[in-house]
Amino acid sequence: MNAFSHTATVTLPIPYASDERGLLAPAVQPRKTGTRRRLALGRAIPFGALIGPALLLVIWSLGSVAGLIDPRTLPAPWSVVGTAIDLIAEGKLQDHLMTSAWRAAQGLVFGVLIGTVLALISGLSRLGEAIIDGPVQIKRAIPTLALIPLLMLWFGIGEGMKVTAIAMAVLIPIYIQTHSSLRGIDSRYVELAQTLRMGYGEFIREVILPGALPGFFLGLRLAVTYAWLSLVVVEQVNATSGIGYMIDLARNYGQTDIVIVGLAVYALLGLGCDGIVRFFQERSLSWRRSLAD
Amino acid sequence: MAPQFGGLSGAPVVRVESLVRRFGPRTILHGLSLDIEKGEFVALLGRSGSGKSTLLRALADLDDKVSGSGRLETPDKKSVVFQDARLLPWKRVLENVVLGLGLPDAAQRGRVALEEVGLRGRENAWPVELSGGEQQRVALARSLVRDPELLLADEPFGALDALTRLRMHDLLRQLCARHQPAVLLVTHDVDEAVTLADRVLVLDKGAIAADIVIDVPRPRDHGDRRFGEIRSELLRHLGVETKPVLAV
Repeated sequence: MNAFSHTATVTLPIPYASDERGLLAPAVQPRKTGTRRRLALGRAIPFGALIGPALLLVIWSLGSVAGLIDPRTLPAPWSVVGTAIDLIAEGKLQDHLMTSAWRAAQGLVFGVLIGTVLALISGLSRLGEAIIDGPVQIKRAIPTLALIPLLMLWFGIGEGMKVTAIAMAVLIPIYIQTHSSLRGIDSRYVELAQTLRMGYGEFIREVILPGALPGFFLGLRLAVTYAWLSLVVVEQVNATSGIGYMIDLARNYGQTDIVIVGLAVYALLGLGCDGIVRFFQERSLSWRRSLAD
Repeated sequence: MAPQFGGLSGAPVVRVESLVRRFGPRTILHGLSLDIEKGEFVALLGRSGSGKSTLLRALADLDDKVSGSGRLETPDKKSVVFQDARLLPWKRVLENVVLGLGLPDAAQRGRVALEEVGLRGRENAWPVELSGGEQQRVALARSLVRDPELLLADEPFGALDALTRLRMHDLLRQLCARHQPAVLLVTHDVDEAVTLADRVLVLDKGAIAADIVIDVPRPRDHGDRRFGEIRSELLRHLGVETKPVLAV
């Protein structure tokens, strides 16, 4: 044992014991970490996302039973369900739903295609950016709903106008997100591709496009929301079928229950579509999975 | 655009003559000249801002936006190992190794290279699932699978912990002994340079300040007297005065 450790044992105020190898070891065990207060949120509650909606449903039911909620303002949950069953039995709900879904799907497909193509042209070339980016930014500044009068003058009030309006709303988030993630590719990967002597086509295919995929999916999730939003508006402006028309008609006759059924269908469609997009997103971006865990 | 003359296959694999590189008003390399023989392992030391990375980037053809002059001859078959492993996170390990290889038997070559760096069985892992050392080994495999005549390494072990770094030194030595590329290793670690290299250069203010052949027999021991002498000499060139350490 050398001189240093001797002096240390003498002068240290806390009781220290030296073990048989002459090393200093603390005689007092550190406090158990389990008793310390955690600053993080702690474990997630299973099915936690359902608790809030379930609570609202309970309040709604209790209010209806107790007579606190006027049925003309908000019918009881069970009478809404009854109305939905009636509408399905008559075949009306399915018809309106199919019409609405078809409009949204068409608008979504056209909008996603156009938005992606524009983003690729503008993201991959300076000239493309110079030509395309400005008009898209101007379009972004004008709310799509404000364009409806113009679209009606151009396309009439038929399906063409509705699908165009949805597509124009959809292409904006797709374009913005895809374009920015194309441009945001880490320059270190560009250097890497250069040192690996990749050809331009291979560089686009292997580096740029997969790198832009997360942005595209973010855009797609926003796009689905935008598609439903635009659908609601175009169906209420003038239509003879679709969920929005059903709601508008019910409003005229004061049928609150049908209005609620329509809103519930919108909610389910929106959630369902977001779930589908998220499913594909997680499959395509499985390389990120362990990061999110 | 810096003029370059490539393609001549003389005795030295790398030939640099009066290389000048400028960033705006600042001249980084002042007429630097350097030859690297076939299969020679050269380490490049220098303080930050001495121009190490600029020289390496010039050799790697990554400086097309930099102004300058001079002659630069490098082989076509060269590969770069960066300080970060720089794996594409959306490609599995094997796909990263054979990226841009474009050969019919690329996958087979990739597997062999992964086995050489000790990562057999990890072919289908995602890069995020690997440790820092493993990622850097994948990057080594990606370089070696191209059978480079020149391997350029820019502080490849700088981000690794000390133990992993020692293991990577052994691995790099083995791989270089087998594949015989000429190597230019940029590092700030004097011990690393003396352990690995046949010749160590010290870059100072854009010119070569010292060019020392390492005559310590392998395997090299940090406690070796000659090792210590060379280390002190290199540190002196780097502007660090060392006091003799008392042997315990």
